[in-house]
Amino acid sequence: MESTNTAVTIRPAEAGHWGADVRSDLHVAIEPRDSGGLAIALESRVGFCYGDSILAQARQVLETLGVRHAKVSIHDEGALPFAISARIETAAKRAGLAAGQKALPAQLPLPSPSGRDRLRRSRLYLPGTEPKYFINALLHEPDAIILDLEDSVHHAEKDAARILVRNALRAVDFGACERMLRINQLPLGLEDLPEIIPESPDVILIPKVERAEQVAEVDRTISDLKKQHGIDRPIWIMPILESALGIENAFTIATVTPNVCALTIGIEDYTADLGVVKTVEGKESTFARTRLVNAAKAAGVQAIDSVFGDVLDMDGLRRWGENARALGFEGMGCIHPGQIRVIHEAFAPTEVEIDKALAIVAAFEEAQQKGLGVVSLGSKMIDPPVVERAKKLVARAKQMGKA
Amino acid sequence: MADSIELAQNAAGRMVPTMVNGKPQLPYLGVGKYQPRGRKAAPPIFSAKDYPENGDKRVPDLETALRKCGLRDGMVISNHHHLRDGDAVALMALEAAARIGAKNLMWFPSASFPSQQGAIELMEKGVIHHIEGSMNGPLGDYCTQGKMRGMGVLRSHGGRWQAIQDGEVHIDIAVIAAPTADPFGNADGSHGKSACGSLGFALADSTYADRVIVVTDNLVPFPCIPWQIQGNNVDYVVEVESIGDPTKIVSGTTQITRSPDRQRIAEFVARFLRETGIMRNGFSFQAGAGGIALAFVDYLRRMMKEDGVKARFVRGGSTKFLVQLLQEGLTDYILDGQTFDLDGVKSIASDSRHVATSPFTSYNYHGKGNFAAMVDAVVLGATEVDVNFNANVVTHSDGRLLHGIGGWQNCLASGCSILAVPSFRDRIPVIVDRVTTLTGPGELIDVVATERGIAINPRRQDLLDAVKGSKLPIRPIQDIKAEVEKIGGGTPAKPRLGDRPVAVVKWVDGTVLDSVWQVG
Repeated sequence: MESTNTAVTIRPAEAGHWGADVRSDLHVAIEPRDSGGLAIALESRVGFCYGDSILAQARQVLETLGVRHAKVSIHDEGALPFAISARIETAAKRAGLAAGQKALPAQLPLPSPSGRDRLRRSRLYLPGTEPKYFINALLHEPDAIILDLEDSVHHAEKDAARILVRNALRAVDFGACERMLRINQLPLGLEDLPEIIPESPDVILIPKVERAEQVAEVDRTISDLKKQHGIDRPIWIMPILESALGIENAFTIATVTPNVCALTIGIEDYTADLGVVKTVEGKESTFARTRLVNAAKAAGVQAIDSVFGDVLDMDGLRRWGENARALGFEGMGCIHPGQIRVIHEAFAPTEVEIDKALAIVAAFEEAQQKGLGVVSLGSKMIDPPVVERAKKLVARAKQMGKA
Repeated sequence: MADSIELAQNAAGRMVPTMVNGKPQLPYLGVGKYQPRGRKAAPPIFSAKDYPENGDKRVPDLETALRKCGLRDGMVISNHHHLRDGDAVALMALEAAARIGAKNLMWFPSASFPSQQGAIELMEKGVIHHIEGSMNGPLGDYCTQGKMRGMGVLRSHGGRWQAIQDGEVHIDIAVIAAPTADPFGNADGSHGKSACGSLGFALADSTYADRVIVVTDNLVPFPCIPWQIQGNNVDYVVEVESIGDPTKIVSGTTQITRSPDRQRIAEFVARFLRETGIMRNGFSFQAGAGGIALAFVDYLRRMMKEDGVKARFVRGGSTKFLVQLLQEGLTDYILDGQTFDLDGVKSIASDSRHVATSPFTSYNYHGKGNFAAMVDAVVLGATEVDVNFNANVVTHSDGRLLHGIGGWQNCLASGCSILAVPSFRDRIPVIVDRVTTLTGPGELIDVVATERGIAINPRRQDLLDAVKGSKLPIRPIQDIKAEVEKIGGGTPAKPRLGDRPVAVVKWVDGTVLDSVWQVG
């Protein structure tokens, strides 16, 4: 990426997408000129009812960015205002204009900060260049949405995604979902942070982490940016381990900063690194997954599983999820909203488990009241770790609305 | 068209023309307010002595048939739309009429399709004067732009039957595409290489038109069994190589929506039926072939199985999803108005519990009742709905003609009419202050289900009571509207419509419910 102090060439540039199959996006072409003010041409499929509003917004955005003379042509496919601003800003910056300027949409009230041990059964991936997927993501009620700047974004669109995702963090209502963001593989990922951190995402996912120092560097950068922008709410870190080396270093990665809230795994890259075929049963990644769970538990952070790639195979997804829970994982990624419900069911404790845990907790409380050192249930003595596990299970079940 | 068009305000507050294509019109009076009088229309009396004793009514081609039917300028030519976008017969007939030199015809299809845009050229040449029937795509634009010489008249399937039987439209020559027919004119849609299922839309044409031509690409010796069209109403039979493109007549498979938002709407609707108790043993429902409706049927099927509930009948447009209900014993009958996919065609041809119906039995308001009112719940689409539940299904929000009415208006007679719609399309909110074109009165629309929640018409306290304590997101319609407008960055501006009506929307009783205004 170009830095702002190198001399930039002023040139015609464009951003965004248009066409019959494009929804909720727009395409902006900018031709800078020396004089003549702004000439904005608009074609929009919603022009008959939003045309004036789009033109007014475009003018305002360009003025905010300090673009005073340019020919601008907009093809709009029903984009929402946050996307309109983002595409115009991207085009302007690609044209060598508006360096260091931002056209920020009005900010919605921030949701409450996220706890380190929050429920994280499902995180729905949203490609960072597809505004249409952002708008209704909250309706499907994943525990988290994850705005992706990495694999789902083409190399040439990284700048556009950064701006779009930044605007989405300000202006799109994600409801009760935790707002996660996957930055690019380091070092590029470090350049994502200055655009994103000021908007207080809840969790930053770092892909392809292999060494603790990588997480430490991201942690320092986040911390500096938080200070700079006066942010005092937590921004957690979730390293994604996607290689044999990353798995070997899982524990030091999880413990390098208290801001790590969870470890997760990327199985596609991991199996590629091993040179083995990824199967539906996932035997080839069993070691890596159990190793990761163990490291996470040792470090006191959550263990979160990978995604399940076949969006039509709900039975396979359910089996995968149930197996993951049995191994000690607390959640997994989703690449389609249809997977969310199945995942939530797979990661929920069964009624039998909940009943048993409630009975153990009740017996523990009774023993406490009576001042007894030994907890017993029926004819069995209950060991302290069993009580602890039961308490955790009841607490999680309550978060899921199951107990 | 007359230079000045006199307009009157109807009971829905809409301005409508008092004359349409030279005929005086009654503005809409309100639901159930218009009382028809008089007797039904009827074709002339014919004599068997004028028809071949051996029953062979074949003539070499359509042109000959049209000449023998006495085709003249200004006549009304009708077609049915069971072959949908694959139909070749309507244009074949109109082009034959053009070769004969006919002018100023009124084309009266039960619906038109984009593949029939050749009709535009025939209008430009003066062969067709105007179209009364649904128009969309290029034909819809032609009409909305005010290029048609006469006014478009949009009727529901039931309303088309009503208009024919009441004598509002007199068909001079009906040209009926038939996937199977015999030389006497008995015809049916369930067999043949161009099979389309039911031929119900052609029944009124076959019984009320002065002259009837059957066009087939699968001639069988008498008798054509079963026959939905009776040869006793038919003047001539024409054999052609092909009546249409089978790949466009029925889809190989109808597809459930893959959009998670739309699946969510479908699931809401199915849960709504379950939780209100509408889904119970012996109930009935109707859902169309749109992606949301199909997904709804699939969700409902699973819930019926879980709860051990069986329907008495389901209303088609049939698809493989309705056929599945029949095959799994989850309904006693399919009462089918039109057949959308290959599974539907196969089923209607082979299963006596899958029954072809007509707009007379299912939809006609000027009859001694109809099936639509006996359906417990119907799931429909709409382009817009207002806060009083009035809905638009014919025009896009910018005023351009988009859809025909189909059976939509007729279905509103059901026990619970549900609009299953996304809350916005391309930034444009679906819930508005005032619909562009009124197609259905809000007093007949009970529920609007969107991905952001379900709004129940306050007139239906019984439904509001039935979902008390439910986890379904039941919300006031104004709430959903406000939320969507906030997401979209404000209320959209109203389109600038012209002041000249280019088409009218009829209500099920033949009165004029609204006007479609010239755009662009």
